[in-house]
Amino acid sequence: MKAAQGHLNDVIRFSAVDGPGNRFVVFLQGCNYNCVACHNPYTINECDSCGKCVEPCPEMALFYDGHNQVAVDDDLCTDCDICIQVCPSDSTPLSKMVRLESLVRQIDEVSPFISGITVSGGEPTLQADFVASLFSSIKCSEKLSRLTTLVDSNGSASRAVWDRLLPVMDGAMIDLKALDPDTHIAMTGADNGPVLDTIRYLAEWQRLYEVRLLMVPGRNDSPDTVERTARWLYDIDPSMRIKLIGFRQHGVRPQFADIPEADPQHLEKLSGIIRGVGIEELVLV
Amino acid sequence: MNMEEFRSRARDIVNDATLTFHQRRHYLAWLAENALEYPELSKEAAEALNKQIICDLFEGSAPYRGRYILPDYGRALRNGSEHLELEPPQDLDEALNFLLIMYTQVPSITGYPVYLGDFDKILEPYVDDVDDEALYKKLKLFWIALDRILPDAFVHTNLGPRDSRISRTIFRIEREALQVVPNISLKVDPDLTPDDLILDAVQTVFATGKPHFVNHPLMVRDLGEDYAAVSCYNSLKIGGGSHTLNRLNLKEVALLHQGDIDSFIHDTLPHYVELNAELIEARIRYLVEEAKFFEHDFLAVEGLIRLDRFSAMYGIYGMAEAVDLLLEAAGKPGRYGHDDAANELSYQITKKIADLVAARPMPYCDGNNGRAFLHSQSGIDSDLEVTAGTRIPIGDEPEMFDHIKAVAPHHDLFQAGVSDIFHVEDTVRRNPSAMVDIIRGAFREGMRDFTFNLATNGFIRITGYLVRKCDVDQFDEMGARHGSTTFAAGSVKNSHVTERNVKRVLSRESSPRAPQ
Repeated sequence: MKAAQGHLNDVIRFSAVDGPGNRFVVFLQGCNYNCVACHNPYTINECDSCGKCVEPCPEMALFYDGHNQVAVDDDLCTDCDICIQVCPSDSTPLSKMVRLESLVRQIDEVSPFISGITVSGGEPTLQADFVASLFSSIKCSEKLSRLTTLVDSNGSASRAVWDRLLPVMDGAMIDLKALDPDTHIAMTGADNGPVLDTIRYLAEWQRLYEVRLLMVPGRNDSPDTVERTARWLYDIDPSMRIKLIGFRQHGVRPQFADIPEADPQHLEKLSGIIRGVGIEELVLV
Repeated sequence: MNMEEFRSRARDIVNDATLTFHQRRHYLAWLAENALEYPELSKEAAEALNKQIICDLFEGSAPYRGRYILPDYGRALRNGSEHLELEPPQDLDEALNFLLIMYTQVPSITGYPVYLGDFDKILEPYVDDVDDEALYKKLKLFWIALDRILPDAFVHTNLGPRDSRISRTIFRIEREALQVVPNISLKVDPDLTPDDLILDAVQTVFATGKPHFVNHPLMVRDLGEDYAAVSCYNSLKIGGGSHTLNRLNLKEVALLHQGDIDSFIHDTLPHYVELNAELIEARIRYLVEEAKFFEHDFLAVEGLIRLDRFSAMYGIYGMAEAVDLLLEAAGKPGRYGHDDAANELSYQITKKIADLVAARPMPYCDGNNGRAFLHSQSGIDSDLEVTAGTRIPIGDEPEMFDHIKAVAPHHDLFQAGVSDIFHVEDTVRRNPSAMVDIIRGAFREGMRDFTFNLATNGFIRITGYLVRKCDVDQFDEMGARHGSTTFAAGSVKNSHVTERNVKRVLSRESSPRAPQ
């Protein structure tokens, strides 16, 4: 089904950290996980127009529109992010609906400078119709079809959802928070069955660009756990590209401030373990 | 300058503990030159020069060598040199030896050659029977010699646009040696230059801040196949060069202007454009007709440079301030680099100057059909509160995409070079192909010169030239081995180059600084 508009948090026109080459990145609003390590928690929920950000805004850029919805005056907003800091619901009043044509126009403008686009979030597969429409527009455009289309996802989507994206998607980066179901629930609030299935399914279709392992100290970074995870991934595809990421506090919500940052030496050790399993394409961040 | 003042300044130079022997000798020569009368100028031009509305970059008051000289090293290697008593080299060792000797004899404004040749082309005839490791060893020794013998960051070489074993070896040596000299430009052509060579160059930038990237097809359109970028961002003809570089301070012109924007473009600007042209003409005539440089220098006598491949460079700077001042005076909103109206006005000013310069005959400038080349001048260390060329002021740059879109339209008209420097975040180290995309995009967008640097390597880009951060830090106490570090120390103090926001670094063009 074609979707003419999507719920957008923001875009970044030049990104060197969201896949190969320079990329235009679309951050969609809304996520079905609630991860302790989330670096951009304001993308998790839809704004419920509670209005708690209206008063604190120093620029008086936020107001109630005629329909009792919190709205923003773009000319006044200075992106100071105070609204995001005071939001009690892990959301933002600054997200907005974006029309497909408008987004394609922005990509078109940047296209001479990029290798492709990456749709991230939030969880982009929650708006799979919109993502599929966006990718179709790119793949059907003579000028833009050289751009690669990637999805950055938590992997929770079903095969039916991936089936909609696969014809127009060049690859996906999938987060695997934990191989162990209980740890996964503790870290994300959700079961990891669908994630494991996504990894198998996308690998089968050769659309798995990389699997990302975020190492959160004391939660999922024991050598034994990492070795089992690496072995599981290796068995699916020995040429699997893995990105090992150390947890950092940047952007994380105050209630998780006590989680320590990852130790570089420990990450080096874990890299050695992953390579020991036979994985060759390993990136340490 | 009376004799007493002359003696006192000479004494200061002789006793300056921060200068090497060679630097003292260079400044003494500069002082002597400036004791002579300036080439004759109209009263108005002399006054404008005195007030630094037009500026000769302290080239000296009696020009006896061209500012930028690009010898045809390929021809020298093929024919040998009678003056140097050197036969044509027969192998790589002889070729490298030939070049090292020749470099010591090439005149320039800094005393060191601003152009060393396009190594991938001039050395190509000698490397067929040299294996990779031997090539590496020989070039590495050559590279160390260049840095030690020619300690000046304006010493420049070019590579590309085609891939070559020589270019690859040079990038490898660059990443290991971490030297200031030589500066490098890589010529990039969308069809001839493979991604992989640009990638190699990008990774070299991560280590050393070099090379710059130039838009080869655009350069060929304006200068022909035989061109090179020299010193920093000065694109000129090989076998030719630029007699002089004089620049118009647009900020000062805007400050002097009374009236609306229209009268600035049609009356005030043309008046000062002509005064700078008069200065250029007077300096060219002295060099060619009085000092008779082209009649006696061995490069000219042996056909390694030809007067008909020379022109002069017409520089401008302070565009950002000029635009903001004009808009403010007209009561219009807008800021250069950020608002369409301001950017449009800047393009209009560039176009007007380009038209005026293209209509102004200039003697001994057959290298550009009897006209000067337009150049967006990247500043010198003594500039205060005025932005280089057509750049957006330091610390005020918008995000990279908007930055490129704002400055790119200027690049088309500056045949002799334009500099905008982008400072990128360190995360790009893990994804160098992102920079390849951006460089390709910038050239598709019409940029002529592209330079980027990271905050985290050991070099700081002052104009287009580099100095090592540790050299700047230590300069005040100990002096520096590289002549250019002297300029840089002034630049860093005067324009907070090191404090600017993480997005980019300023760059300033060479000038022989007068000891104050």
